[in-house]
Amino acid sequence: MPKEKFTLLESTCVPLPFENIDTDQIIPARFLSATTREGFGENLFRDWRYDKSGQKNKDFILNNDRYGGKILVAGKNFGSGSSREHAVWAIYDYGFRAVVSSFFADIFRNNSLNNGLLPVIVPEKFLENLLDLVSNDPDRKVRIDLENQVISIVPDGDSVQFEINPYKKECLLKGLDDIDYLLSKKDLITAFEKEKKAKNEN
Amino acid sequence: MEPKTLFDKIWDAHVVQSVEKGPDILYIDQHFIHEVTSPQAFNGLRKRGIPVFRPERTLATADHNIPTKDQDKPIRDELSRNQVDRLTENCRDFGIEYFGLNHPSNGIVHVIGPEMGYTRPGMTIVCGDSHTSTHGAFGAVAFGIGTSEVEMALATQCILQPRPKKMRITVNGKLGKGVTAKDVIMYIISHISTSGATGYFVEYAGSVIRDLSMEGRMTVCNMSIEMGARGGLIAPDDTTMKYLKDLKSFAPGFDWDALLSEWKEFQSDPGAVFDRELEINGSLIRPMITFGTNPGMGMAIDDTIPDTDSISADDTPSFLKSLDYMGFVPGMKLLGHPVDYVFVGSCTNGRIEDLRDFARVVKGQKKAPGITALIVPGSKAVEKQAVSEGIDIILKKAGFELRQPGCSSCLAMNEDKIPAGKYAVSTTNRNFEGRQGPGSRTLLASPLVAAAAAITGKVTDPREFIRQNN
Repeated sequence: MPKEKFTLLESTCVPLPFENIDTDQIIPARFLSATTREGFGENLFRDWRYDKSGQKNKDFILNNDRYGGKILVAGKNFGSGSSREHAVWAIYDYGFRAVVSSFFADIFRNNSLNNGLLPVIVPEKFLENLLDLVSNDPDRKVRIDLENQVISIVPDGDSVQFEINPYKKECLLKGLDDIDYLLSKKDLITAFEKEKKAKNEN
Repeated sequence: MEPKTLFDKIWDAHVVQSVEKGPDILYIDQHFIHEVTSPQAFNGLRKRGIPVFRPERTLATADHNIPTKDQDKPIRDELSRNQVDRLTENCRDFGIEYFGLNHPSNGIVHVIGPEMGYTRPGMTIVCGDSHTSTHGAFGAVAFGIGTSEVEMALATQCILQPRPKKMRITVNGKLGKGVTAKDVIMYIISHISTSGATGYFVEYAGSVIRDLSMEGRMTVCNMSIEMGARGGLIAPDDTTMKYLKDLKSFAPGFDWDALLSEWKEFQSDPGAVFDRELEINGSLIRPMITFGTNPGMGMAIDDTIPDTDSISADDTPSFLKSLDYMGFVPGMKLLGHPVDYVFVGSCTNGRIEDLRDFARVVKGQKKAPGITALIVPGSKAVEKQAVSEGIDIILKKAGFELRQPGCSSCLAMNEDKIPAGKYAVSTTNRNFEGRQGPGSRTLLASPLVAAAAAITGKVTDPREFIRQNN
């Protein structure tokens, strides 16, 4: 089923300069009882956004009106821990379309790519600079060009190339879906099963 | 032929096709599902109007979002009840075997898979749960996936996956008294950090690993994800085969003869090349405990929390934020620190051996006043075994109660929550902020450390009790 395409994104950023932000912080387990993919943005970073009495925590960046945009910039090892795809749904539902960090946990990265949320891996130095820059200047924009695999601080800041698997890049650019792709390989899969059975494998 | 790692042998045997410049189409032998990460995948199948491709290769259980008391009554929480009902419907509509609540085989997905004979050497196994790596203890390539991938596996029995790099962690030497599999894996994680194995699939080897029971091996493989690894596995040996042979039940289609003819192949060849190798002296490992908010922040129970001068300047803010959450300071000792809750259970330490470990320390003792304890077996079968060994009676006499199986307070989706600010010694896998309930403070440890805390009311070296009692 076709998905939203990702080609070019230019936006202000929300900086989150902490390391090892795990998926329990992104969306706590007690909000995982839903049976659809929608509405998780409401509880994104729930326990950082609200205090115990349910009041907004003024110190947290998502509650600061000066900051906003479609790009989340986070410290290294973003998305570790639980495999919950709800974390990606929450970030996407909130309105982000890309997450920039120097390092992503494997499952989170796969989940992001499967949902049209672009994980952009940048060198640590670039990340530190970017975090400083956008923390000090909330109006500063960043441009992510997927076709050319370049992320740049506009209008005249640093820019750097980022890696992405060519197959996944194609999927994002064209809004293609892995399941459609796999379904088109059914005959091949059935043939594989026959061969496996002939070899008497478990 | 070029020597191959065990991981590559299994992976290669399951590649249907490699996408050009892309991931592999990997065939999945066994898919486990549960109520929390599957409903959206089934919604996807319904939207496309397609069936589950190989329902006989999928097994379902309800474990994450269920109460651990009064399981015979309807689930009180409406959202939880709805989620479990949805799984029941989906399994019925799509023809999937389902060990629901009150089914004699119900339990935590990573506990029942092995004990029901669904997990076997040489297989590929996935589940929408990061602790799927547990099944690697049998020499299987097992790893956690997201819900989009759950939908792929349901629709085609395949997922698209890039091949990870390989790491071997060899633990030689001999474990000291009171040192368990949990301490081994916590020690490894504290050495290589919470992200040190990201991008890798780990093979565990060495005399310490060989000496572990299957339960202990599952504990080790279970926490592979806590250092970022895609998964972890251990080559099958006589211990593995004996465990399988002694199983009381087997998965449908279990072919013992086929397994006998091939399991010896499931070893890394001599000379196989790993992208990274790590050697650990197991004799140096002491009982472990965590002090921070990720599983990499662990230390020997009689050590002190690191000082900031041993942490790099870049990492200091996150380190201090973490200690602040825990109410600790750098350089502090944890021995003797008061504890409020003790939780024994989860896919990490909810198996029979874990309950035996806990029971042998608390036997003849009394629960400390002020301690609230949750002892949750990993499955109905574990519960039954514990009762048959009289563990429930030992616990009762010491002031503890055995609850009904489930993931419970490990992720606190149900009502088994640790209150804000309270300290819990927990045999689980994650000490993230709020993991066991908003504001909860988790100290990860082995069942022996949990037992010592439960009877003293504070962080205590379990070796004191083992010397006294055994």
